Amino acid sequence: MVSLTINNMPVQVEDGVTILEAARKLNIDIPTLCHLELHDLKMVNQVASCRVCVVEVKGRRNLAPACATQVFEGMEVLTHTPTVIKARRMVVELILSNHPKNCLMCNKSTDCELQNLAASLGIFEIEYVGQMSQHKPEQSSRAISRDMNKCVLCRRCETMCSKVQTVNVLSAMERGFDTVMGTAFNLPMADSTCVNCGQCVAVCPTAALTEVNNISKAWDYLADDGKIVIVQTAPAVRAALGEAFGLPPGTNVTGKMVTALRMLGFNKVFDTDFAADLTIMEEAAELVHRIKHGGTIPMLTSCCPGWVKFIEHQFNDMLDIPSSCKSPQQMFGAIAKTYLTQKLNIPLEKMVLISVMPCLAKKYEASREEHKTPEGVQEVDLVITTRELAKMIKEAGINFASLAESDFDDPMGASTGAGVIFGASGGVLEAALRTAYEWITGQKLEKVDFTSLRGLDGIKEATVKIGDMDVNVAAASGLGNARHLLECVRAGECNYHVIEIMACPGGCIDGGGQPYHHGNIGILQKRTNALYQADRDKPVRKSHENPYIQQLYQEFLGEPYSEKAKELLHTTYTKRELM
Amino acid sequence: MAEMGKQKSPEFEELDGFIKKSGLEGKQSALIAVLHQAQHIFGYLPKEVMMFIGKKLQIPVAKIYGVVTFYSFFNTEPKGRNQFKVCLGTACFVRGSDKIADALQRQLGMKMGETSEDLRYSLEAVRCVGACGLAPVVLVNDKVYGRLLVKDINKIIDAQE
Ligand code: SF4
Ligand code: SF4
Ligand code: SF4
Ligand code: FES
Ligand code: FES
Repeated sequence: MVSLTINNMPVQVEDGVTILEAARKLNIDIPTLCHLELHDLKMVNQVASCRVCVVEVKGRRNLAPACATQVFEGMEVLTHTPTVIKARRMVVELILSNHPKNCLMCNKSTDCELQNLAASLGIFEIEYVGQMSQHKPEQSSRAISRDMNKCVLCRRCETMCSKVQTVNVLSAMERGFDTVMGTAFNLPMADSTCVNCGQCVAVCPTAALTEVNNISKAWDYLADDGKIVIVQTAPAVRAALGEAFGLPPGTNVTGKMVTALRMLGFNKVFDTDFAADLTIMEEAAELVHRIKHGGTIPMLTSCCPGWVKFIEHQFNDMLDIPSSCKSPQQMFGAIAKTYLTQKLNIPLEKMVLISVMPCLAKKYEASREEHKTPEGVQEVDLVITTRELAKMIKEAGINFASLAESDFDDPMGASTGAGVIFGASGGVLEAALRTAYEWITGQKLEKVDFTSLRGLDGIKEATVKIGDMDVNVAAASGLGNARHLLECVRAGECNYHVIEIMACPGGCIDGGGQPYHHGNIGILQKRTNALYQADRDKPVRKSHENPYIQQLYQEFLGEPYSEKAKELLHTTYTKRELM
Repeated sequence: MAEMGKQKSPEFEELDGFIKKSGLEGKQSALIAVLHQAQHIFGYLPKEVMMFIGKKLQIPVAKIYGVVTFYSFFNTEPKGRNQFKVCLGTACFVRGSDKIADALQRQLGMKMGETSEDLRYSLEAVRCVGACGLAPVVLVNDKVYGRLLVKDINKIIDAQE
């Protein structure tokens, strides 16, 4: 332990701790900008480049960056002296001198760390007039929008993309004033190896990286009398949407969300959880088929489009191992635009399907060529994120927190507990096991909770006895962890039967389209808990027991993994270049 | 170029040989040295070469591109056989190197930073090259021409192949 004083108050902390952390123990907040530490995800961005966090240390001639300076025995630190405050203000003014400052018309306004910093330091004018960067906004990607004029060069995105996700798309290019976060060869994002996970967006403090905003397109559809606009909501949305309206993290707002969607004008409000149950039917059937017929083992889940694009680039020699199942979003679209159009008697050309997703990669996925119905129309017309939905609800003047609850529409609003846990890492696997167990053994599974597959750990493993077979399963979240597992599989050293992979650390609850966590990673566990609670609260907890799913097979698809099901619900993968 | 894409040209073999001989495979710390050698072999650093080096040293190509664009020494576009560098450092400037620069641009029909289409010439302005005693100075490849007057320009151009 080390003893020191901060603002003349004594404090004891462990060796190796920074001034920033020590000050927190005394409830002193030192402002930061570049620094970001996500303990549970094992990410630290400690470039100490912005100097916003400077403090006075007795005996030291210059100011010290609190985020990168370790404490020592007897250290005397002053965090908010006039000298320090002046220095901080100067640093921020310099950053702002090369910033567009059009907060009123910015996608990140009220949610921007730079804006908050300027406000908390009381900056009213900027003394420095300097050269302004003139980068063109880059809009090639379906998911990620880049405006490098708003970049503060904190490098959080680079750390996230290279250290956590190991995709290595973004890096600093050029030098001096011209320094810019860019891609190799200045490639447009759409042509890079970017998997659209949006984790860089999730950590960017400003609007330099944001989602491709589809709000006005959504309003246009809703305003079009010639269209019947239906909506599907992904499992993880309900566990986070409330945060945007001041509800405590971890509040399950399913019922309010459904009410709000109706108020926004959606004709039918459905649930992606229904399609998650459908995915389990197909995936479990495919697994049983692979085991029985000597197909490729392990089988990898394929519900995450970020992960799918990752394997298409990075392990493009292993494209026979992912399940051929489409993701729940696309399964929903495939069924909505075939079965549902018939059932509700809606002409195909009138139906518009909008998805609300926690995810930026889903925006890209919906645009993939292969995701078309047999008639050649896109299965999903538009994808908005949890954040975009929250903004629409605010634009519509809906007092979300006080709304009454209501239920999804039938038939594609009904789901089981297995469907809802898709939103957390390990959930797809758990849901699949509940069904596969009963199908293989023909016996009822009494204990449906596979707790060893739950939680935020990057890699989770379990061995499950199904009949006389030991089934080895693993779940990885975060693409660095996925890479680890895949290298093990490629080397023939890991003997798993099924592997679940989610690109975002912790799964979709931490998707790139969720309300910003601003480094407060504790909320991820709360969102996770909300989904498992929703599972426990469901009367039916196994996908194959969903009566509407059973009806769908009887009336339309026949058996799981039937020819018709394969045509509509399964897909293929594309070998892509690895750079 | 098409051949280079397949990475079978003698240039790629030479680079590969250099990496192997010096035991640099997978050595991320050797990046600058390897880029230097590659630029020496190819004359510049095209995309294929950066990707090749990325695979050999196991460095993400975005990082390599970052390093290449950081150092002005590296170029990603081919340069002319005769690389004219006009010194615009202080000593040269006070002795009229701006007029030398104008004359070169006029005579070669090129602007600073450009390379002629036939890859015969490229022209750029540089900072002090450490030959202030000879100011004003023009370098052509490694050859130094000093104490220049505008009227000397044509002679220098004609002296190149
Ligand atoms: S990024 Fe932040 S500070 Fe910059 S314009 Fe947008 S809201 Fe304002
Ligand atoms: S979206 Fe994901 S893969 Fe793409 S640049 Fe951002 S972090 Fe990297
Ligand atoms: S794009 Fe965002 S996260 Fe990346 S360096 Fe710039 S400000 Fe930081
Ligand atoms: S937050 Fe400490 S230097 Fe940026
Ligand atoms: S200024 Fe030209 S050589 Fe020194």
